[in-house]
Amino acid sequence: MTWFLDHWDEVITLARQHAVLAALPLAVGFLLALPLGWAARRWRTAYPILVTASGLLYTIPSLALFVLLPLVLGTRILDPLNVVVAMTIYTVALLVRTVADALGAVPEGVRSAAVALGYRAPRRFMTVELPLAVPVLVAGLRVAAVSNVSIVSVASLIGVTQLGDLLTDGYNRAIGGELITGILACLVLALLFDVTLQGLGRLLTPWVRVEQARGRPVTKGAAA
Amino acid sequence: MIRFDGVSKVYPGGAVAVDNLGLTIPTGQITVLVGPSGCGKTTSLRMINRMVKPTSGTITVDGQDIARIRASKLRRGMGYVLQDAGLFPHRTVLDNIGTVPRLLGWKRARIQERARELLERVGLEDDLADRYPNQLSGGQRQRVGVARALAADPPVLLMDEPFSAVDPVVRDQLQSDLLALQADLSKTIVLVTHDIDEALRLGDQVAVLRRGGHLAQVGSPAELLAHPADDFVADFLGRDRGYRSLAFAGMPRLTLHAERTVTLGEPLPAGGPPWVLVLDAGRPQGWVRTEEVHRPGRRVLVDDLERGGNVARLDSTPREVLDAALSSPAGRGVIIDDQGEFVGTVVASELLALLELERGQR
Ligand SMILES: Nc1ncnc2c1ncn2[C@@H]1O[C@H](COP(=O)(O)OP(=O)(O)OP(=O)(O)O)[C@@H](O)[C@H]1O
Ligand SMILES: [Mg+2]
Repeated sequence: MTWFLDHWDEVITLARQHAVLAALPLAVGFLLALPLGWAARRWRTAYPILVTASGLLYTIPSLALFVLLPLVLGTRILDPLNVVVAMTIYTVALLVRTVADALGAVPEGVRSAAVALGYRAPRRFMTVELPLAVPVLVAGLRVAAVSNVSIVSVASLIGVTQLGDLLTDGYNRAIGGELITGILACLVLALLFDVTLQGLGRLLTPWVRVEQARGRPVTKGAAA
Repeated sequence: MIRFDGVSKVYPGGAVAVDNLGLTIPTGQITVLVGPSGCGKTTSLRMINRMVKPTSGTITVDGQDIARIRASKLRRGMGYVLQDAGLFPHRTVLDNIGTVPRLLGWKRARIQERARELLERVGLEDDLADRYPNQLSGGQRQRVGVARALAADPPVLLMDEPFSAVDPVVRDQLQSDLLALQADLSKTIVLVTHDIDEALRLGDQVAVLRRGGHLAQVGSPAELLAHPADDFVADFLGRDRGYRSLAFAGMPRLTLHAERTVTLGEPLPAGGPPWVLVLDAGRPQGWVRTEEVHRPGRRVLVDDLERGGNVARLDSTPREVLDAALSSPAGRGVIIDDQGEFVGTVVASELLALLELERGQR
């Protein structure tokens, strides 16, 4: 506790960096996963290929990716971009399947109603399928967000500063307060991401809340 | 007019859903496609708006080959109602109804106005406007589905089992509301059902399909009932085909009989026939058995009434009139006028004799 009180401004700065390193890839990864997930849904043969391939990406050890990326991207080894790209890859790995399954959860009757009324594919995707996929998408995003927050801390090993520094430094110098602060700060950050996404999901799906509040259909108006 | 010309559909995998279908769907009328499950009704319907592409043959709308019309444009000009309404769960009732106008790029105010107008048109109250579909009953959802299909005032309405997911009472109401709506709007309606009663009730023209996608017969309900083309059609129409056909026969001129009546709450005069009709403000309430309430000065109460007899109207079909007579405890069918007031009774044997006579003259 005293360690935190003595270093709180430093912790805040690290937390902010940590948040950016986790959130930016989450957003970019999600945008990349959308077309991939859509394609996995659209073509029957693409689903197992895309889902398996993206799943495999997730199994690459993060440290290996952090070290390899500068060679591939031609970036400097200390460039935070390496971390952002690596985290984006992990996010895509987690979300391709989520997007495909979320789109699959849109009721067939609703989809064919949209076709029958004259929606063309792009507009149907944006205004019918995507909004209805939000609950499943949010569930997947929450998992990806928490996973990102935890993996980002490994970046300390390649010298990109964020909350993970507290862990390595605290461990190396055997400062218990710093170690605990690092762990707790990561936890709080993950929780913050989770709550934000959950709130965003609720905001985007007013019809779901109505369903829960009422529980059953209300009969009023016409007799039928 | 919509025309099917030698239209077939074979799904990948070899299932023949529709086989060489030739059918003319007249403008401004209701054509019903009816048949057992899997006989290709939905497939036929969906070929009209290009949701299913025919394997061979052509479909024309007012002489124009639909294959040459852009699919989205074609569909926006044809209302579509699905079995479970297919409403968008994430949009309010009003926004659901405004779907096609929105696709057509109408101004927001005009869409709102049109959607409210339709809400009323299909018999829903204004305060349902901001509900989500999951806050509606099945019947209400179906009405919203119809309103949504009508929103841009398309000349053609395609309906795939629109009333099969609701209970019989609601279905009956929705059917008569559709007929009332159609009397005003005169749309070209193609309706799919597996319910022969619904087909006969709603269709100006009924096309009976059999499994394998063959058209077994097409004609008016009266024609089908009177002259089924083969055993399949006859079986499909059901055992009481002869009785049902009375719903489409002309009503012979019947002599109405006067009836001993008593007003509810008044004492029954002494003597008279075994059954007396009880009225309230001129409207029939039921029958009383004279011997049960014969005590002088005793008033006729609601509890004394034998109910259960159906009433028919002056302009009812022979089927309804006959049913009124057969269901009456007194054996005489009660006939009312447009105001619901009693005008006279009919006897089944007399009606049958007249029908018999007409039959002989044809
Ligand atoms: N997408 C499809 N792929 C393969 N076969 C299909 C497809 N859709 C329908 N079929 C087959 O084509 C036939 C006709 O189907 P269709 O849905 O038109 O029947 P239906 O008369 O509407 O039946 P129901 O009353 O059960 O709705 C059936 O044998 C069905 O299995
Ligand atoms: Mg069907």
